[in-house]
Parts: sequence; structure tokens; C-alpha cells
Amino acid sequence: MNKQEYTITIYTENQVGLLNRIAIIFSRRKINIESLNTSPSEVDSVHRFTIVINETEDVVRKLCRQVEKQVEVLKAYYNTEEEIVWQELALYKVSTDAIAEKVKVERLLREFGARAVVIRKDYTVFETTGHREETDRLIKALEPYGLIEFVRSARVAIIKDSRGFHERLKEFEYQEPGEEAIENEYLSENEKVFSM
Amino acid sequence: MEILEITKKQSKTEPKTVISVSGSVAVLEALLAEGVETIFGYPGGAIMPIYDALYDYHDRLRHILVRHEQGAIHAAQGFARTSGNAGVVFATSGPGATNLVTGLADAMIDSTPVVCITGQVFAHLLGTDAFQETDVINITTPVTKWNYQVTDATEIPAVLAKAFYIAKSGRPGPVVIDITKNAQLQKFDYSGYEKCEHIRSYRPKPIVRKEYVEEAAKLINAAERPFVLFGQGVILGRAEKEFKKFIEKAGIPSAWTILGMSAIPTDHPLAVGMLGMHGNYGPNVLTNECDVLIAVGMRFDDRVTGRLDKYAKQAKVIHLDIDPSEIDKNVKTTVPVWGDCKETLPMLTELVEQKVYPQWLQRFRDFRQKEEEKVIYDELNPTGDVLTMGEVIKELNELTKGNAIIVTDVGQHQMVACRYAKFNQTKSNITSGGLGTMGYALPAAIGAAYGDPTRATIAIIGDGGFQMTLQELGTIMQFKPDIKIIILNNQFLGMVRQWQQLFHEKRYSFVDITSPDFVQVAKGFGIPGKSISKREELKKSLKEMMDNDGSYLLEVMVGKENNVFPMVPQGRGVAEIVLCREEV
Repeated sequence: MNKQEYTITIYTENQVGLLNRIAIIFSRRKINIESLNTSPSEVDSVHRFTIVINETEDVVRKLCRQVEKQVEVLKAYYNTEEEIVWQELALYKVSTDAIAEKVKVERLLREFGARAVVIRKDYTVFETTGHREETDRLIKALEPYGLIEFVRSARVAIIKDSRGFHERLKEFEYQEPGEEAIENEYLSENEKVFSM
Repeated sequence: MEILEITKKQSKTEPKTVISVSGSVAVLEALLAEGVETIFGYPGGAIMPIYDALYDYHDRLRHILVRHEQGAIHAAQGFARTSGNAGVVFATSGPGATNLVTGLADAMIDSTPVVCITGQVFAHLLGTDAFQETDVINITTPVTKWNYQVTDATEIPAVLAKAFYIAKSGRPGPVVIDITKNAQLQKFDYSGYEKCEHIRSYRPKPIVRKEYVEEAAKLINAAERPFVLFGQGVILGRAEKEFKKFIEKAGIPSAWTILGMSAIPTDHPLAVGMLGMHGNYGPNVLTNECDVLIAVGMRFDDRVTGRLDKYAKQAKVIHLDIDPSEIDKNVKTTVPVWGDCKETLPMLTELVEQKVYPQWLQRFRDFRQKEEEKVIYDELNPTGDVLTMGEVIKELNELTKGNAIIVTDVGQHQMVACRYAKFNQTKSNITSGGLGTMGYALPAAIGAAYGDPTRATIAIIGDGGFQMTLQELGTIMQFKPDIKIIILNNQFLGMVRQWQQLFHEKRYSFVDITSPDFVQVAKGFGIPGKSISKREELKKSLKEMMDNDGSYLLEVMVGKENNVFPMVPQGRGVAEIVLCREEV
């Protein structure tokens, strides 16, 4: 199995120390977290982690089960890039003089979909959102003019076929065991496995 | 946040009389409400308010003062393992809490329910490197099922309710509750304790899926050579009866993991022995010949499976486990039966056909015979000058009749004891399985004795492991639990020595350990004892030990360079198990 980029979405309670509990599941197995974002979710009181790692599906599935095992985790999903809509935000600080003299700012902004967030005498801050390659391209474009500072945010991602967490949460509020056990690859191979 | 919600819910039900109590009193009330009778602990600065409150509760809560916090948590583990209830530990902040870490890791990997309450510095001192301050929550996060720091006394009832619920439910595990000193002292309006029964983000048991059970039954019914492996899940799930019914109806030969041992009587006709690196010959070899492998409440530890790519490749695997993350973790499952085996086993039993597999069972017997000839007979009936560990266990079996609790440490003596000890009752084999913690046995035996005082508790320990926690003899001296201690002394760190002999060209690197006069040491703690090295003394001395009123230490000098066989050398498949040195 090949390694590829997976985006893991974790719904949790909002609890001190949970970030650490989740992070050590990865570090214990010496897996590098490429990007990590925590934010509120569509449901009040439920928190959402978005974690990007490069691994095989087998490993990612096991990791998600370990994550879900944590007492304060409601649910963990993993998705490939095709299954999500995602964005990252990047900020670029460049010298205003350099820009004003040497670049056609207007073209730059249009071409990269960038916005100028701050324009001061000494520096200008641009902002773009998009995929990694897109934000990287603007670095390339600005580098010749002396990029003073660059920062990129963690990935935020929306799962394409998710119907939100409201309904799931209701199910979690019940005392009975949940339905999440259904997700097993065995199910999809049901016929094959038991042809005997 | 969630805790506050629970508190809200609690206050909604029934108007209760509200009294003002301190956080410390709330802790002790919580323990009483949870049915706790015994606490293992050690006081210190940051937990003094709780100990002060305990002064007035000594008639309702028994506190066993250990000699080191590691002793406290191992004792709590032993207690949990024999009683089936959560063990409770008190320790102070800083070093008190860090001394718990080994035991927490042990309890985590062996799924033992333990609730540890640690004192912490005042909340306003957190993060200031105050005296005896350590970041206990972060240190213990990887080795706890759940942990929580309380800085406000009003949280205590709900947090402790959660702690016990989490520790005991589902797949059990250790929980640490770190309580700052101000919260212990703080008075608050207390309206009673309510047990926790539900946490929305926590699923102790996955839903049982009938179709999986049906598919599992179909596989079992079609099998020609089915084989059951069972682990501690059967004991933790209190499903011994259900398990026995299942294998008896289905007629399937069954082998235990080290922690599953004693879930069914060791001489049950379908019991074929122990799995693993030093397990029995047949169960290991035949794992790779069965056609359906049914794993019940076990986790395919590497000491059980050997090399995974040579493990049961021919078999369809049915895995019954309460923890969904165990499914497919190490061994690919054909049918996962998620759920509490107390529920899933009866469902399965109903669907399986009544069967016997005389020829298949005979194969296990044939292997047993071979093992008997090449290993067991000589180990149990040696003719040489020196005593063997095996014959000590054999003679002990004669006295216990399989009814004693046997607590073992880690190493050769552990393997020999688990290979040859006989058990008729469940919760009898107490040992550090997953973590392999030397020094576990003596304190765990103290806890085990309190956990089930109706039975004899025998601690079997090596000369190395005994020296790791022998300070707990002081606890035995003071509180007088009845513990029979057998030291199997081979004057070596035997298991490492065995590996050095077999795999490192006999380069004995720091395994030659000298010991004090153990009998004198015990005597210093007021515990009678004796050291023997001759066969003719063995029977009599064991009887003397068992008949002694109160604890007793018997040191048995055994062969220095005896090895434990059979053995699945590391990196080999289970079928490549060897019976003697020449085969390694």
C-alpha cells in the first residue's frame, strides 16, 4: 500500500489536554503531522480537529480507531484529497518600495487571487487562500522582490459527502451503543468472504 | 465544560439536602459511594488535606500504607485483578505521582481498572516550578485511559464518578485524577454523589452486530479444525461461564494467553495449554494448521504471534473484542465480532452446532506427548542434584489443589509458573503480562490478598525482581496480609541470561546478580522464612510455608543455568517453536 495524503477530521469535546492526547497517538508511532487545525464545528460545544498526514490507508484507519478510543473523542473520519474541499491561507510580507517599483501589483493580485491586507510605507502584506501549490506559486513570484516574511495556516477541510454532525450528536447523547461499528471493510466484501 | 453539564443534570434530580463540605471529604464520600473499602497510598505535602479527612474515615475506609508509590499502584492492580473492582491509589504530587508511572503503564497495557488520586500544588502555583510540582497530567497521558486535573472542588463529585465509570467500563484501564491542594481544602455546597452512567463522547461497548455473529457461527460450523484462543477479556467481561458453554457446545480446543489463564480450569478437557513464546508446543504449532481461528478477548500480542507474516495465514480469523481498535490491529480478521463477550458469546453459542473434533483434539494431545517427553517430564521430575523451578510448581500444585491465587513477577520463574501451575478458579493468575514489570509480584500480591481474602495468595518471584520492590515487606509487616512468598533463586537474571546464552554466544553481560540473605531480610521485617536447596526438603518446606499462620518467605535455590523451553525465538513463526537448546 502506498503512502498518500490523508485528511483526518475529528469531532471532540472541548477539553484541556485533548490536543496532547490526540497528538501523542501520532508521535508514538513516529508519524509526522503535516498540518493541524483546531476549530469550533457546526455544533455548539463540539470541537473539530483537522489533521493532515502522509501515510498508508491501513495505518490511517488504525490511527483513527486509536483516536476514537479516547474518551473525549466523538468521531474520527479520514479522507483522501478527492473526498474533501480544502483551503489553506497564506500571508506574505514584502517591501512596499520593491513592489511598487518592480512589479505590476495589479497583475500579481489578479493572477494569484491575492488581496492586499495592509499597505504601509515600509511593507505590504498580501493574502491568498487556496491549495498548497497555489500559495507556493505566489512565493515564487514574490521571492525576487525580497519576501520578508511568509506564513501559511493549517489546512481546513470540509468533507464532501458529510451531512454534518447534528444528527450524529443526537445519537451520541443516547445511552445505547452507537452505530459507528458499522464502518469496517469487511462489510463491503461481505459476499466474497462468505461464499462458502 | 461537559462536567459542568453533568453537574447541572445532577442538581436537577430530586432536591437534596445541601451541606458544605471540603473537596477532600467529597473525595472520600465518592469512594464510599463507589463501594471502595481499601485504598493503597502514601501521604505527602500536596495530598495532606485528603489524608486529614481520611483520619475521620478510618472506620469506613481501610488505608494500606505502602513503602513506595509504585508498590501502591501494583497493589491496586493486584486488588483489581482478584476482586474485579477498581483498585484505588492515593499519592502526593511530584515524586509521588511520577512513581506511579510504571504501574499506570502496566495497568494500561493489561487493561486493569485503577483509579489514582494524586495531590497537586495549589492552582495558583501551577507552572511555577513549585516544590514537588510536576506536570502529572501530561506525564500520565500516554499511560492512562483518562486523566483530569481538578482545580475547583465543585467538580470533584462528577469527576470522580466519571473516573470510576471510565476505569471500570468497556475495556478497563487506569485513570488519574490530579487534585490541586486548594480544591482539596475548598468548601463547597455538596448535594450528594451520583454515579456516572453515560458520557456522550465515550462508547464503552460497541454495538453488537448480529450479522457478524451469524457469519462467525457459519464459519465455525463449517470448520474442520477450529481453534479458540482466549485472553483476559473473558475474565474482565466476567464471561467465564459463557465462554465455557461456548467451547463445550462447539467442542473446540482452546488455548489461553498468559492473562487469560484461569478463566477456565487448567485441566478442562478442551484446554490445550498456553500460547506464546514460552507457551505449549501444540497450541503454537497448530495455530498454523487450524482452519478457523477464534480469538476471544485477546489482542494478538507479539509474544503470542511471533512473526506476523508466518502467523495463521491459512486460517479464517474470527475476533471477538470489546475494543474496536484491536480488530485488524495486528492480525487481519475475517469476521470481527465487536462487543462485550458476555453478550456475544451466548449469541454465538446458540448458533453453533454441537460438535466434537476427536481427531483434531488428538493432534494437540500428540504434541502434548512430545512436549511431555522432551521438556515437561524432566522439568517436573528431575534427577540431577539441583532443583528445577518446575518441580517447585508441581509440588505447590499438590498443596493448593488449584485453588490459590498465584502472583508472579517477570522472567523465567513467571514462564515456568504459568506453564505448570494448576487453576480451578478464575482470577487466579496475577502477573504483569504486557509490560513485563519486574518488581510487580510482591506489591501485587499484597493487593491480591486484599482483593480476595478467602483464598491463599502465593507470590512467586525471582531473585532479581524481588530486589526491585522488597521494601513492600514493610507493608506486609505492618498490615499483616497473609502472603506466601516463594523466591526461585537461580542467582542470575535468568531470562536475559538465557537469551545471552542462546543468541549472544553466552556473553553473560551483567546478568550475574548477587542477593542478600533473603531469609535474614524477611526476618528483619518480622516475616519467618527458610532457604532450601535440596529436593528432600522441598515438599516439607512448602507445606510448612502454607501451614504457617501469616506471611512466610521460602527461598528455593534452583539450577543456575536452566532454560525455559519450548521457545519461539524472536523473529520466527509460531510453528518454528523449539523444544531444546540444540534446536535453536
